[in-house]
Amino acid sequence: MKVRINISLKKGVLDTQGKAIENLLIKDFGFSNLANVRQGKFIDLEISESDPLKIQQIIDEICDKFLVNKVIEDYNYTII
Amino acid sequence: MKAVVITFPGSNCDRDSIEAIKAVNGNVQNIWYKETSLDNDLDLIILPGGFSYGDYLRSGAMAATAPVIKEVKRLAKKGVNILGICNGFQILTEIGLVKGSLIRNKDLKFICKSIHLRVKNNESIFTKSFKKNQIVKMPIANMDGNYFACENILKELQDKNLIAFEYCDENGQSSKNSNPNGSINNIAGVFNDQKNILGIMPHPERAIGYNKDLGSDGLHIFDFFNI
Repeated sequence: MKVRINISLKKGVLDTQGKAIENLLIKDFGFSNLANVRQGKFIDLEISESDPLKIQQIIDEICDKFLVNKVIEDYNYTII
Repeated sequence: MKAVVITFPGSNCDRDSIEAIKAVNGNVQNIWYKETSLDNDLDLIILPGGFSYGDYLRSGAMAATAPVIKEVKRLAKKGVNILGICNGFQILTEIGLVKGSLIRNKDLKFICKSIHLRVKNNESIFTKSFKKNQIVKMPIANMDGNYFACENILKELQDKNLIAFEYCDENGQSSKNSNPNGSINNIAGVFNDQKNILGIMPHPERAIGYNKDLGSDGLHIFDFFNI
């Protein structure tokens, strides 16, 4: 299964890069109807498992152990 | 004093840290990150500044999985003193030896300049050469130096008196203007509960008297066995 893990800063953690992008989009590009821009990252990977529960276990474990710093980050994933 | 400085791929302040230990007449050895055994009788382990593993994934996240870290954790439990400077501080937060995390600087710029700090807690092996609330000068050089902790952790740090240093101006005033990178509550350095571990964003090893502009306040962090 191909999986995409989306990692972003938690609500309440200042996302300086998102803020800078937002300022540019609004001020320089004139998109005054935009707000709350957040930047994150995604990690794609393949798992040789098809059981959704098993996949969830693996994703949770690798995020917990390495991919995500839960002090500042949240994650979710989609099977793609 | 018997100290080791650990070099990760991408460390760039390891030699400065070695010089700092030599400056206080300490016995210092440089250790490669693949090392799987550290001596039990160490007085100090330094995780130096730099950009270990190119800051891939998150600053300090890859280094936190390096072979030598198992030994660092083992000795941390035994009470060996550990000093994480800059990237070393980031590594300490990623290992979970000190609380909080370090995120991108508020202004998104790499900052390299001398700043002032207030010694918030001088009751530790690292800070006992300072007076409480003493204003000291040290350089900072960071991209991800913006200390963050949630309200619960902040309260715990305050209640247990685990904040070591705070950014301030030369008169000791802490404000937004004297906060170089957006760190929450101007926090520049924190201890673990036992205060045998210090994570600090500024570079004491660059302020050891070799350069007049950078001063020598940093020496006091390292001279704890000479008093």
